[in-house]
Amino acid sequence: MSTVLPESWTSPTGLEQEPLSAADEARYGRNQIALIWLRFVRNRAALVGGGVVGLLYVMAVFANFIAPYDADQRFDSAIYTTPQPIYWVDEGKVYPHILGLTPKTDPETLLRTYVADPSQKFPVQFFAKGAPYHVLGLIPTDVHLLGVDRADIGVFLLGTDRQGRDQFSRILIGSQISLTIGLLGVFLSLLIGSLLGVASGYYGGAIDNIIQRVIEVIRSFPSIPLWMALAAAFPPHWPALQVYFAISLVLSFIGWTWLARQLRGKVLALREEEFVLASQLAGASDARIIGRHLIPSVAGHIIVISTLAIPGMILAETALTFLGIGIRPPLVSWGTLLQDASNIQTLAHAPWLLAPVGAIVIAVLAFNFLGDGLRDATDPYSVV
Amino acid sequence: MAAYITRRLLGMIPTLFLVSVLTFIIIQLPQGDYATALAAQAAASGGTGDEAFIQTIRHQYGLDQPLYLRYVTWIVGCLHGDFGYSFEWKQPVADLIGSRIAFTLLLSLLALAFSWLVAIPIGIYSATHQYSPGDVGLTTLGFLGLSIPDFMLGLVYLFVATTAFSASASGIVSSDLEQAPWTLTKVWDFISHLVPAVVILGVAGTAQLIRIMRGNLLEILGQQFVTTARAKGLTERRVVNRYAVRVAINPLISVMGMQLPNLISGATIVGVVLSLPTTGPLFLHALQNQDTYLAGTFLLMLALLLLLGNLLADILLAWADPRIRYD
Repeated sequence: MSTVLPESWTSPTGLEQEPLSAADEARYGRNQIALIWLRFVRNRAALVGGGVVGLLYVMAVFANFIAPYDADQRFDSAIYTTPQPIYWVDEGKVYPHILGLTPKTDPETLLRTYVADPSQKFPVQFFAKGAPYHVLGLIPTDVHLLGVDRADIGVFLLGTDRQGRDQFSRILIGSQISLTIGLLGVFLSLLIGSLLGVASGYYGGAIDNIIQRVIEVIRSFPSIPLWMALAAAFPPHWPALQVYFAISLVLSFIGWTWLARQLRGKVLALREEEFVLASQLAGASDARIIGRHLIPSVAGHIIVISTLAIPGMILAETALTFLGIGIRPPLVSWGTLLQDASNIQTLAHAPWLLAPVGAIVIAVLAFNFLGDGLRDATDPYSVV
Repeated sequence: MAAYITRRLLGMIPTLFLVSVLTFIIIQLPQGDYATALAAQAAASGGTGDEAFIQTIRHQYGLDQPLYLRYVTWIVGCLHGDFGYSFEWKQPVADLIGSRIAFTLLLSLLALAFSWLVAIPIGIYSATHQYSPGDVGLTTLGFLGLSIPDFMLGLVYLFVATTAFSASASGIVSSDLEQAPWTLTKVWDFISHLVPAVVILGVAGTAQLIRIMRGNLLEILGQQFVTTARAKGLTERRVVNRYAVRVAINPLISVMGMQLPNLISGATIVGVVLSLPTTGPLFLHALQNQDTYLAGTFLLMLALLLLLGNLLADILLAWADPRIRYD
């Protein structure tokens, strides 16, 4: 990137060249990656977005530890519990505790909810023993971040649903599905999209024509109806995990077309560059030129497009599951949680069931900020 | 211009043909067909769902013919306005979908109009008051609007409307007025259901347009012809409204082509959430019950809507921007 000019150099305009200051010298001397990083860390919103995205994935990895309970653990005497905070001060003593629950019946709808009962107090334990699980699917343990030493009551930070299941735990465990299905979908789109997009731009001619026609046809459909039609095709007897992979395939069925279109344009321009001609003259094969020269040149662009594509995929999974044609029980995702909130009577009765919306919005917002920041940072024409 | 439109219309024909083939393939993807779905239903309710029953149903609906023959029958019918027969509703598909496609289109167009009417003034304000508290507030709001998906907005609206205003928020008219004649009360009821739906559907597009409009206008306000206009002593209002905004709006027209697919997608799922008579609820039902021709025709019509919308946006762009050559 940096070229050191000889001492005797004069600018073509004949004007005296201004000597570079030490700061400028350092700036021009940086390589591309350092420049991108420098631009990225200056964008506060992008940094925060990136931090939140990182935090969400760490939480998803350790979901079973942070979540007090299993996704399916029921508390029969705590159905539709309102969100219960952890209290700290109790008559001068400071210790974390929760209040007991007492049933309350809505006089109009005759529906029962459980509300706090200040006469009962239960201390909250940290690193409490609870339901067994495996960290990263490998290490067996039963330690949870929070817990109460009782079987009939629990820490319900975001309330419980109609089966008395802790919603905070369910959102955390659901994030494992919701946050990874987007990654998987983008990864598959990336594989197909970069291969076909680069090939389309590099070879041109008939190959380009066919690929572009295919993209055009797929893009002629509005995405949600097309996703719906594809997702509805899975047989009902498929195991839940197979449906999960199938859904990510369905998402990438449309996703790759965006990537392929963008990359084709980039490669069309790059194809005419001297370094491609040089490698062709040096006898490099097409595969080598594409793999070693073209794809690395557009790598930044690929990363940006993928980051910006992930939130769309998270939303698509949520939408499909919400409609009842996506992720199926026993798997828990943000979509399945929202499905419980789709009934207006239930919602009016237990408005905290809308909490997954908050989780989804945070994730999408964080990804959007991160993606926007990456896009600005990789733009070589923006000023450092 | 006429030649351009004709050429574009002709160019759509091969795409539409491939779209119809893909539609038909996707719709046939589920294992089994309507006959087996019906047999499973009959068996579940204690009736006879045996092989003979399946064969009778298949023969009755022509499901025993090979795939390509069924496609040809369907597509030839489509060209004559006969979209096949809905197994489930025992009605021609054309009778079922007409009003729903029309309503989806109406909703999408109203949402489009809403987003333009709201976004352009806000975009102009944001650009002319860059970094002011108003601009920062509106930009943040826009970013939020972009990140909250329309169907969740619909859910939240349903909740707020039902609990806070105890209004009937779902459906397109209140349930007690459904059978009533179109009196003034019913028209008002219809509007009070339609407006929230339009807003919910239009929010994301509005947020996107605000961002684009603000960016465009900021770029253009920095150009020399704007400085010249100011130097000539024109009022700031005239400079912005007559010079800068006119140029800044052009790129929005090409965005319109991208907005339409999102709106059609959105109308589908918002329709399910708010129980609106868009294509959404019926399409979902048809997919789940393997009502092949009904689902297929919906998908085909939505694709056609999208293609026509893109064509209209291109024509509009060519008409609005004299720099675009269309020959």
